[in-house]
Amino acid sequence: MLETALKGNKGYYRWMAAIVAVIGVGFACYLWQLKDGLGITGMSRDVSWGFYIAQFTFLVGVAASAVMLVIPYYLHNYKAFGKIAILGEFLAVASVSMCLMFILADLGQPMRALNMILHPTPGSVLFWDMIVLNGYLFLNIVIGWKVLEAERNEVMVAGWVKPLIYLSVPWAVSIHTVTAFLYCGLPGRGFWLTAILAPRFLASAFAAGPSLLILLCLLIRKITNFDPGREQIQSLAKIVTYAIIMNVFFFLCEVFVVFYSGIPEHMDHFKYLFVGLHGHGVLVPWMWTSMGLMALAILLLVNPATRKDESVLVVACICVFVGTWIDKGLGMISGGFVPNPLHHVNEYVPTTPEIVIAIGIYATGIFILSVLFKIVVTVKEEVSA
Amino acid sequence: MMQSSRRNFLKIAGLSAVGISGAKPVLDAFAAEGHGDERTEFEIRKNEKALTAQQWGMVIDTRKFESAADLEPLIEACHSLHNVPHIDENKVRHEVKWIWEDEYKHVFPTLAGKFVDERTEHLPFLALCNHCENPPCVRACPTKATFKREDGIVLMDFHRCIGCRFCMAACPYGSRSFNFKDPRPFIKERNPEFPTRMKGVVEKCNFCAERLAVGKKPACVEASNGAIAFGDMNDPESEVRELLKSNYTIRRKKGLGTEPAVYYIV
Repeated sequence: MLETALKGNKGYYRWMAAIVAVIGVGFACYLWQLKDGLGITGMSRDVSWGFYIAQFTFLVGVAASAVMLVIPYYLHNYKAFGKIAILGEFLAVASVSMCLMFILADLGQPMRALNMILHPTPGSVLFWDMIVLNGYLFLNIVIGWKVLEAERNEVMVAGWVKPLIYLSVPWAVSIHTVTAFLYCGLPGRGFWLTAILAPRFLASAFAAGPSLLILLCLLIRKITNFDPGREQIQSLAKIVTYAIIMNVFFFLCEVFVVFYSGIPEHMDHFKYLFVGLHGHGVLVPWMWTSMGLMALAILLLVNPATRKDESVLVVACICVFVGTWIDKGLGMISGGFVPNPLHHVNEYVPTTPEIVIAIGIYATGIFILSVLFKIVVTVKEEVSA
Repeated sequence: MMQSSRRNFLKIAGLSAVGISGAKPVLDAFAAEGHGDERTEFEIRKNEKALTAQQWGMVIDTRKFESAADLEPLIEACHSLHNVPHIDENKVRHEVKWIWEDEYKHVFPTLAGKFVDERTEHLPFLALCNHCENPPCVRACPTKATFKREDGIVLMDFHRCIGCRFCMAACPYGSRSFNFKDPRPFIKERNPEFPTRMKGVVEKCNFCAERLAVGKKPACVEASNGAIAFGDMNDPESEVRELLKSNYTIRRKKGLGTEPAVYYIV
């Protein structure tokens, strides 16, 4: 099937060439980082994780959201999703690949990455994160590939794939839970030290992932002969609606606990993010934008009239995606590090090379996604022809 | 490096031996090597003068300090001994420090209230790794590059560290520094007795493990003119325990349950 990704029209080749160019620029910057060290990023002694780890966290969510297609289709026998489940699984493959690249980009000594396997440390959450992420990548590659191959050959999927599909359901939940545990198990980091973190991560993931998938479905319908289907898109929209409401609800639960209890170590981070602390507040406009976008998205999604209008749905999905991205991809990580454990306020702003490297990794993910979606679309077109 | 190449040599030698003399002795050798403890193949001999303890600890008598100038020699002694780089540009961002001074409200953010006596408010306090009995950094490290030794010291293996900085997120005391760039050009005068670090690894105070091994107390203790006591927390007769018996002491963020081994007499 892989050969179908090699044949395409001019637009496809041009698109892929453009992505490769972006990857090249990002990779060149990465070589610079490899030579000079992480000093070329905006990270510091106080904010020791930045843009890379934040993107990793956000993308783990996008990856986990494939389960929102797998559960209705495979567990509830909701046939409509049979048509697009593969898109969710391949989106997960591209997302997890980006996650792994972001972790590698964040390592001070990437050449020693295999020390994680040479000296396995089950007490470390990062060890488990490595296991669940790689396992999830493997599951989705195998499942997606076998299901699509069966569809192409118009045969039943091999029996051994089914248990893997069922396994992928709790596994999807595990990747974002373990990722949340990276943060919420740390004493002395009041912003993350909350049991709601993993549920909140999952809720925002199940909003961000399916909203991106809706946008991708609409794009596929526009530029190919494969129509993911109106019913499918509307079902996804309902999932996004519930998930984004849950996400905001969980967030408000946290806000209540933090501010009603009034414990400074927990409040200070929220103050820093939303009103600024000791005159520092580089993220304040971003955080309010995020809140505004999520509120607007809820209004547009809850109302059936606007949700069912696909052009409005596009706006709502962009609001969800950007809103949750700011929340996790900008605020979640540096917000936990400011103020620092000694209550000094040292802010973090990513540098240009850091952002270029991140864009390069995103481009690599888009490259993987383009190849996989090209294969899917070709197979779907073949089968329907 | 030496260890791993030696181990590789043994493995290669072992594998060649399979061809010559049959597998059994080789398998035995491998079995012996895999005895849980990686150090079984060579013995670490302790210096006869080495100082030992079950849990090293420190009592800092802040009453004996007056100003930042009193702390400067201690910090300098530590940093020059351990080849800690002096990074001036981007001071705050890329700073590497093992021991430093800060105000009461920053070293003890959970204790400092609105009204503090004037001396405490303006007195600089020393901050360093607490060598916690229950260290969150050790829990977080995915490669055991940071580990708790049998004498309670939390150490770093600079050669195993992958630079993920999970330990920095885990430490509630800000005691860890990361080498955002090659630190070597920023070392004023290199001490050949102690290793320098490369970029991309984390470092922190090691309670002068290298000095304890040859019977010397930590550099900051030595330079403190008796203001810092150092000893075994598990020995009721030790100087540190005597001080804790006769003085009211505080520890940093005690409520987190990390059990810091650094005490302060205020």
